[in-house]
Amino acid sequence: MRYALRHMGIAGAVLAVAAPALAASSPSDPLKSVMWDILRDQYFDGAPVVFDTAVKVTAPAAAEDTRAVPLSVDATALERVVEMVAIADLNPFPLVLRYHPGNAAPYIATRIKIQQATAVRGAARTADGVWHVSGVLVDAAGGGCSAPPASYAQKDWADHVGEVQARLWPAGEDGVARLRLRIRHPNDTGLVDGIPAYFVETLQVDAQTPGGSPTLARIDSLEPVSENPVYSLDIRPPPDATALILRGRDNQGGEIRATIPMPLPDAKPAISLKPVGQPWSVGQ
Amino acid sequence: MSMPLLRRLVLTAALTAGLMSGAAQAAGTLTYDLKPTRIASDTYVFEGSTKHFTRANGGNILNSGFIVTADGVIVIQTGPSRRYGEEMRAAIRKVTEKPIRKVFISNLHPDYWLGNQAFADVPVAALPGTIAGIQEEGNGIAENMYRLVGDWMRGTEVTLPNEPVYGSTVKFGDHRLRLIPLSGHTAADLMILDESTGVLFTGGVVFCDRTPTTPHATVADWLKELDAVDALDIRLLVPNHGHIRPDKACVAQTRDWLTWLDGTLRQAVSSGLDMAEALELPIPERFQVLDVLREEYRRSVAHLWPKIEQESLPRVN
Repeated sequence: MRYALRHMGIAGAVLAVAAPALAASSPSDPLKSVMWDILRDQYFDGAPVVFDTAVKVTAPAAAEDTRAVPLSVDATALERVVEMVAIADLNPFPLVLRYHPGNAAPYIATRIKIQQATAVRGAARTADGVWHVSGVLVDAAGGGCSAPPASYAQKDWADHVGEVQARLWPAGEDGVARLRLRIRHPNDTGLVDGIPAYFVETLQVDAQTPGGSPTLARIDSLEPVSENPVYSLDIRPPPDATALILRGRDNQGGEIRATIPMPLPDAKPAISLKPVGQPWSVGQ
Repeated sequence: MSMPLLRRLVLTAALTAGLMSGAAQAAGTLTYDLKPTRIASDTYVFEGSTKHFTRANGGNILNSGFIVTADGVIVIQTGPSRRYGEEMRAAIRKVTEKPIRKVFISNLHPDYWLGNQAFADVPVAALPGTIAGIQEEGNGIAENMYRLVGDWMRGTEVTLPNEPVYGSTVKFGDHRLRLIPLSGHTAADLMILDESTGVLFTGGVVFCDRTPTTPHATVADWLKELDAVDALDIRLLVPNHGHIRPDKACVAQTRDWLTWLDGTLRQAVSSGLDMAEALELPIPERFQVLDVLREEYRRSVAHLWPKIEQESLPRVN
């Protein structure tokens, strides 16, 4: 909380200086968040910004567990997305992640900590430099960022940091393959007394091919991502890929490395919920 | 200290005015208006809403009850707030002048025990696991209720059950009560079967036309609890949430929901869906009879998904 207040103090001071100059040229925030003007300047740095519902942000209206709120940002309705960000406005650290999708589909999903009820945004920068921003409001009891991770209750947690669980599904008709990752890591914000910041900072998915190992996608992952980070990506592995390589690093220099096998020959592509109105249900 | 006298006076006046208007409003509008329904010989229930906790219902989403025996009154659950407990006790007093003999609490969820303060002078019994759970999580549970329903909670403080009970049959007057300890809905679920009337108070083990809640659930164990209910000879089933019925239809309904929920989430994980996508999965038509369906489904995704995912994704390093 101390950090949050200090952050708000700085933010407030910047607001007083910066807001009047830019207010006229920028659309007003549909979510009416008090932090929007600051965050826009901080993370979009003068680039053109539009509010665009073509970017679909999914998060629950109320956070059942403030330490693990599911969040997905889907910009597949836009052409030529080069970068995506997720932001939780009222978090002590608002920036959740930056995603560099490369040739992957502009879709990313994870779970995040939120400190209090807040606007949660997803934004996608298209090749013309415009940021397309959308978001939802998430109500919350609070405390997600300043709660100690459950990991530390287990004495042997340090023996398991960096363990990766992952699965790649075969590409569907649209050519994209679902990749899901789970990494054992406390992912600590540094806001808990006596526990320094300790979180996964970078993740990169490369393809292992006879001709080299091209990078398929990169994530800058930050403090608000939940303990034991999970990610869902929709990537395009080259046809001659023999495996995927996950490389990453945490902010204390710890390395993450795993080889993710290609799907078994009889595996089916991941289910897509995208076709609207298509019935999908189990047990009916 | 150095605040000028005039400013202090003005502040005090403003604060007093604010407090008074708040109190007047509270006194004028907030009442649960509890009316007991007689459901069997000597046996009464205060029927609550099948919704979620809201500022409109003050957290009255449960079916609390009481049995008037020759040895005194047995109370089952004390409701979501001190106010509820006090109103409940006053309403019982209108039915009988007999003293309260004992209170039973079925699990650690907020609407079962936050009215305990109104029964501080009598034994309040619960399973040891329930008492331990309230010790550990009670303050957080109470704080969240203040956030959800606001002023209805005024004066409510965490008051632990003070008598551990175990599986046994106890007799009060003509009423033989079988105390049935189970786990699944929470780690410690107490059902109470009045063998004299055939009335079963299921606590959170059975929900009826109301979507089951899963914050402390282990689905596989919960399904075994339902088998245990099926094996009982009963005449009336009182779920803590939902409708009272003379049959076991809602045992099947609860089982159907839990089986669908668990199976759907497992299949979704193994089909590559993300948790955010799972929030939007379609729910079969037959479950539309369950109140607060989509809301409660989404809460269950939050409770159950991470563990299923952890079990399902293969280690790769």
